[in-house]
Amino acid sequence: MKRYGDVTAVAGIDLQVRRGECFGMLGPNGAGKTTTIEIIQGLLDPDAGTVEVLGLTWEGHESDLRQRLGSQLQETKLPEKLTVEETIRLFRSFYHRSKAVDDVLQTVQLEEKRRAWVAKLSGGQRQRLSVACALVSDPDILFLDEPTTGLDPQSRRQVWNVIGGFRESGGTVLITTHYMEEAERLCDRVAVIDHGQIIALGSPRELIRSLGADHVVEFALEDGVPVPDEALVGLPGVEHVAHDDGKTRLTASRVHQVVPALMRLLADRGASLSELTTHHATLEDVFLSLTGRRLRDE
Amino acid sequence: MSRLATNPLVQLTLWRVREFTREGEALFWVFAFPILLAFALGLAFKSRGPEVVRIAVEQGSGAVELVEALSSGERIEAVLLEPQEAYSRLRTGRVALVVKPGEPVVLQYDSTRSEGNSARMVIGDALQEAAGRRDVLEIRDVRVTEPGARYIDFLIPGLLGLNIMGTGMWGVGFGIVKSRTHKLLKRFLASPMRKSDFMLAFMLARLAFLGVEVAAVLAFGYFVFGVPVRGSILAIAAIVLLGAMTFSGLGLLTASRSKTIEGISGLLNVVMVPMWICSGVFFAYSHFPDAVQPFIRALPLTALNDALRMVLLDGAPLLATAGFLGVLALWGVGSFGLALGIFRWH
Ligand SMILES: Nc1ncnc2c1ncn2[C@@H]1O[C@H](COP(=O)(O)OP(=O)(O)O)[C@@H](O)[C@H]1O
Ligand SMILES: [Mg+2]
Repeated sequence: MKRYGDVTAVAGIDLQVRRGECFGMLGPNGAGKTTTIEIIQGLLDPDAGTVEVLGLTWEGHESDLRQRLGSQLQETKLPEKLTVEETIRLFRSFYHRSKAVDDVLQTVQLEEKRRAWVAKLSGGQRQRLSVACALVSDPDILFLDEPTTGLDPQSRRQVWNVIGGFRESGGTVLITTHYMEEAERLCDRVAVIDHGQIIALGSPRELIRSLGADHVVEFALEDGVPVPDEALVGLPGVEHVAHDDGKTRLTASRVHQVVPALMRLLADRGASLSELTTHHATLEDVFLSLTGRRLRDE
Repeated sequence: MSRLATNPLVQLTLWRVREFTREGEALFWVFAFPILLAFALGLAFKSRGPEVVRIAVEQGSGAVELVEALSSGERIEAVLLEPQEAYSRLRTGRVALVVKPGEPVVLQYDSTRSEGNSARMVIGDALQEAAGRRDVLEIRDVRVTEPGARYIDFLIPGLLGLNIMGTGMWGVGFGIVKSRTHKLLKRFLASPMRKSDFMLAFMLARLAFLGVEVAAVLAFGYFVFGVPVRGSILAIAAIVLLGAMTFSGLGLLTASRSKTIEGISGLLNVVMVPMWICSGVFFAYSHFPDAVQPFIRALPLTALNDALRMVLLDGAPLLATAGFLGVLALWGVGSFGLALGIFRWH
């Protein structure tokens, strides 16, 4: 648990990460992800609670543990006037055991940029360099705090590949994100975090399955008479009905039956659609159904 | 080579050195600024003949004759002016004194300014002589222009000390606070980096340029103004080294808790400005009252300046400066230790 004055950043989180797995903490801005991951890394002192990493507590084992962990922090700006290679060399020098600079550069695909100043790198390249600095020591556990926030899809995929490579070599990953695609794609297990608490925990599949159906149908009406929820719940395959700024969301299992039935229902009532979309249920929908809010503010 | 490439202290020091050499502005301030300052001050105080005294004579009866009489020598430059214009020039310092002709002659000047006082004496003498006074004692002037005793000779060691203080404190202070605001300190904390290595690197990085920086100022003084370097190079090097370490330590301490660039700028000024004024950079600290002398002597910049002057101007051996070096070392070790204790990593 961690408090900042009146704000309780982390209200009590109990979780266990298994060796070799990729564990994700998914939650909106301000949920307490950074606070949690920094407490686990021994960078912040909790006001209450205990942390064990690799079977050791921070008390008395700090320097041993630091040798075995790799870290990328959310807000770190690496020195702008060092080159990529110099930056890696700097971080590498702190560890007893480390990988060759060339290998690390290759892993994060920054070989061509090795002599470029950090100031001249794109956002995606900087983020990969940041991950590279976390990987130089060939750590047992890799901590990543929102490693792809603000990146374009292609850069995001490149970071994912680097993380994937680390997983294949047997490493454990603890990652925070507010992108549900990222959690679904990378993580074996996900803790959904809101207001400093875990509100759901499980593999992405389990979490989605907990919705009771794996599709979402969203529609909006042209200022017609609203359709009562009871009528919608009666449609074949519909599990759950929710409203979200002017739209109605149906969580359903059989889209091919729900959509025609919905059309008939609306036609009978003389209402006409202004919008209709369907998609596979995601962790975003899990979060929405648990909190009534979206993961991202926009 | 490979030992150096994997040594954390070496890598951290290289980081600091590179940050500095790749920052054009910082280079300017460290090297060009003290030389420009020395040049400007050196020119302003270059030993010429005795100062020309600029005065105004108010218009009135006998004023024209008075101007003629006063202007006959080389030392006085007198202009005839309307009273209002004369006072306005006095206020702005363009003339040092205003003469109002009549019986008695009235001399108006600002007694808190040294120009005013010296003008009072020169004009007083000139008026008396013009009125027929004869000196009863013959006096001959011998002007001191010998290197080592001029203002510029006093100034160069002071500027050297000032520069060592400034680059040490600004360089270290800004570097630390920038790393803190960029969360780089936190990132280092997440690695097994030794905290003392980090701090030592800031101090060591100062050494990379210290030699060039000191040599630039001394060579400038020597070649342009003939400021002597009488003591041994080794003694100078030892003093400069200790001074640089001390002020890096003070920079560390000053920056140990600041969270913003604005905060550290203010704090550095609070620490340094009193030393700019009190530590005998531009004028001797003997001007201050006796009661505050012990405090002034306890300041690190005072100790550095005194030691530098002793060695540079008097050719004193290193041992003679031991007291000053002791003061410096106390400040250095004390601030490094305290900084290590109270340092905020995020
Ligand atoms: N140093 C701090 N001082 C005060 N409040 C903080 C501090 N750090 C975080 N908080 C607050 O704690 C909450 C959780 O923050 P954080 O852990 O950064 O969330 P996340 O990483 O999920 O976006 C937020 O409400 C944030 O405003
Ligand atoms: Mg965060």
